[in-house]
Amino acid sequence: MTVHTLRIDGTDVAGTDGQSILSVATENGIRIPTMCHLDGLSDTGSCRLCVVEIAGSKKLAPACTTAVAEGMEVTTTSDQLVEYRRTITEMLFVERNHICAICVANNHCELQNLAEDLRVDHFELPVINPSVGIDATHPLFAIDHNRCIMCVRCVRVCDEIEGAKTWSVMGSGINERVVTDMGEPWGESTTCTSCGKCVQVCPTGALFEKGRSIAEGSKERRPFLPYLQVLGGEAGPR
Amino acid sequence: MSRTVAQQSPGLGGPARASAYVCEAVSCLSARSHDILVGLGEGVAGAGLTDVAIQRVGCIGLCAAGPLVRIPETGRLFRQVRPDELTDIVDALATVSPRADREVEEPFFARQVRVATENFGQIDPERLEDYVERGGYEGLRTILAERSPAEVRDDITRSGLRGRGGAGYPTGLKWNTVAKADGTPKYVICNADEGDPGAFMDRDILESDPHRVLEGMAIAAFAIGASVGYVYCRGEYPLVVNRVRKAISDATRAGYLGASIMDTKFAFEVDVRLGAGAYVCGEETALIASIEGGRGTPIPRPPYPAVAGLWDRPTLINNVETFANIAPIIRRGGDWFASIGTETSKGTKVFALAGRVVNTGIVEVPMGTTLREIVFDIGGGIVAGGTFKAVQTGGPAGGCIPAQFLDMPVDYESLLEIGSFMGSGGMIVMDDTACMVNVTRFFMDFMREESCGKCVPCRVGTTQLWMILDSIASGRADLGDLERMEKLADMVQRTSLCGLGQGAPNPIFSTLRYFRDEYVAHITDRVCPAGVCAIEAEAAVG
Repeated sequence: MTVHTLRIDGTDVAGTDGQSILSVATENGIRIPTMCHLDGLSDTGSCRLCVVEIAGSKKLAPACTTAVAEGMEVTTTSDQLVEYRRTITEMLFVERNHICAICVANNHCELQNLAEDLRVDHFELPVINPSVGIDATHPLFAIDHNRCIMCVRCVRVCDEIEGAKTWSVMGSGINERVVTDMGEPWGESTTCTSCGKCVQVCPTGALFEKGRSIAEGSKERRPFLPYLQVLGGEAGPR
Repeated sequence: MSRTVAQQSPGLGGPARASAYVCEAVSCLSARSHDILVGLGEGVAGAGLTDVAIQRVGCIGLCAAGPLVRIPETGRLFRQVRPDELTDIVDALATVSPRADREVEEPFFARQVRVATENFGQIDPERLEDYVERGGYEGLRTILAERSPAEVRDDITRSGLRGRGGAGYPTGLKWNTVAKADGTPKYVICNADEGDPGAFMDRDILESDPHRVLEGMAIAAFAIGASVGYVYCRGEYPLVVNRVRKAISDATRAGYLGASIMDTKFAFEVDVRLGAGAYVCGEETALIASIEGGRGTPIPRPPYPAVAGLWDRPTLINNVETFANIAPIIRRGGDWFASIGTETSKGTKVFALAGRVVNTGIVEVPMGTTLREIVFDIGGGIVAGGTFKAVQTGGPAGGCIPAQFLDMPVDYESLLEIGSFMGSGGMIVMDDTACMVNVTRFFMDFMREESCGKCVPCRVGTTQLWMILDSIASGRADLGDLERMEKLADMVQRTSLCGLGQGAPNPIFSTLRYFRDEYVAHITDRVCPAGVCAIEAEAAVG
């Protein structure tokens, strides 16, 4: 196996051929904010929170999908990068309707954690406030599209781990939504196995189990993803 | 069908004394040029002209004056022909003699240098024989008989040809990368997903000379070691799809495509794949996802398609116009091509002239031609004697070039330097009736609609930028919004996943650079200097 040595934030580190910058950084205790990434699922590079600077390249690179290379010099944190990440976080909040105080995921929400970490305490961008619905037709679970941030973890876990491919994406741009089957109500889905993995990987309160109050909002992740043995089922890496 | 009509002309035995070329590209077709073709056939038959041929041809170029009919023997051009007023043309045909004086070509035609469009208005796009008669498939025959793939790639490298889809990546380098990449089979894809507002070069090339693109693809396939190719065409181009499909089947039957091409071991099959209307599918990774049958969304590069593309195999993706330049380069040599154009931008470029310019249509000029020559000498200047204000190049990710740069040579580097972009070659000319804030809002609205939604900066950012632009255009913004917009535009450009999001803020940057006073007028004076934007009443500001 080929090993590459590189430098992340001034620290000399080593990574194997094909290993992502994010993975090498995490191994070495260097934390890069992420949202669409979840250990055990494929990476899409779509939330753009993990973009880093690579010396010699004018373009920013997502740490989750960029492989390490020999002699690479990576900067994971700069004033500019933090500013970009704060704006991305803000964009996620203003895109739909995130009101923490009445959310089932309050205090157990990765978006909330991210905002705290990046000290996003107010919005400069206007709230778009679209009219999106709730699908509560499934007997056990429900989806509130108001809280969905289109990380598509549900789509990936349903495809890659459960193999059901119930979830997919419909529409484009700001009108993009996750849908079950061909856009039918979740409760009428013929492919859903009711395994609940989508609920457990959802970083926000978009996907939730029915009959749980706000205080019980913590999502118990069953050990179907490799990283859970390490983190013990907490709501996402902090 | 044109031949049928021509053959109906009674007694046309030998070569025709005179002919009428009727444009049947989509612009003239939609103005009933097919009725003209049929009417002329009947007209010459009625007049007893037995030595006159009526022929369908591809785009003649001057779309503004369509439908067009041209008499090639004299060079006379009939503009805005009406199907019920054909007697002039029939009379002219009756008197044409082969030794007649040629009419002086108008500057629109005389100033052009045709390479990719050399057969425009000369051949019937649906007849393989017409293409072959003008040297078609000669390039493919030459390389199969005489050259190695490496020699072909060298010739393309020496020509200095750069990708005509917009970014200007060196074509020879791309071919070499795919040729050297591990993995079989390899694929060749022709990107015909032309989606920029105001751009119609690729449509015209495929409608007027589809075999040229197929020959270019076959030469590329030989050079990189591919045996399967796809033309990825946007679904909104039905005539292109029909003509390309007919060209593929004709060329396959004649042994120019398919198995054992021209009785050699080389095999290359081409098929058409249709887009479903998403602009982002012109981005190469989204295009590949679409061909694979998936949702047309981009993925982060690297890996580049040259290494892992269609079905994870090395894939060559070139634009229609790039492929259209290949056969002439092979026929006439890379050095010949490199002798045209500027130091860094070789050859010619096809532009689609649109907007407030007299001669809208398709033009091909050497790289380095100035904007003034294109807009005023070839384009005939501004309609209704208006004043030139700006020309928008590069599509919705491009920029607006003001009058001060009219004498700048048009090539990849110069355009980038002034904050615009070559893009695929759309040129929208604007006069003083255009409001730059409104134009920018239009392009951002387009990007907001066409964002696939995968990454956050593009999905939310284009909408946020459009909201700010809309508030400026309606007189609801303050100067702080302008600052916020610039900051946001930078963030969207720097952090978006693919070229769509990275390019979306460009119109903002370029109009702010040259027309900032218009933004300020909307905000502080609450006036649209061009009188375009509807400024809301003061009370609504709140």
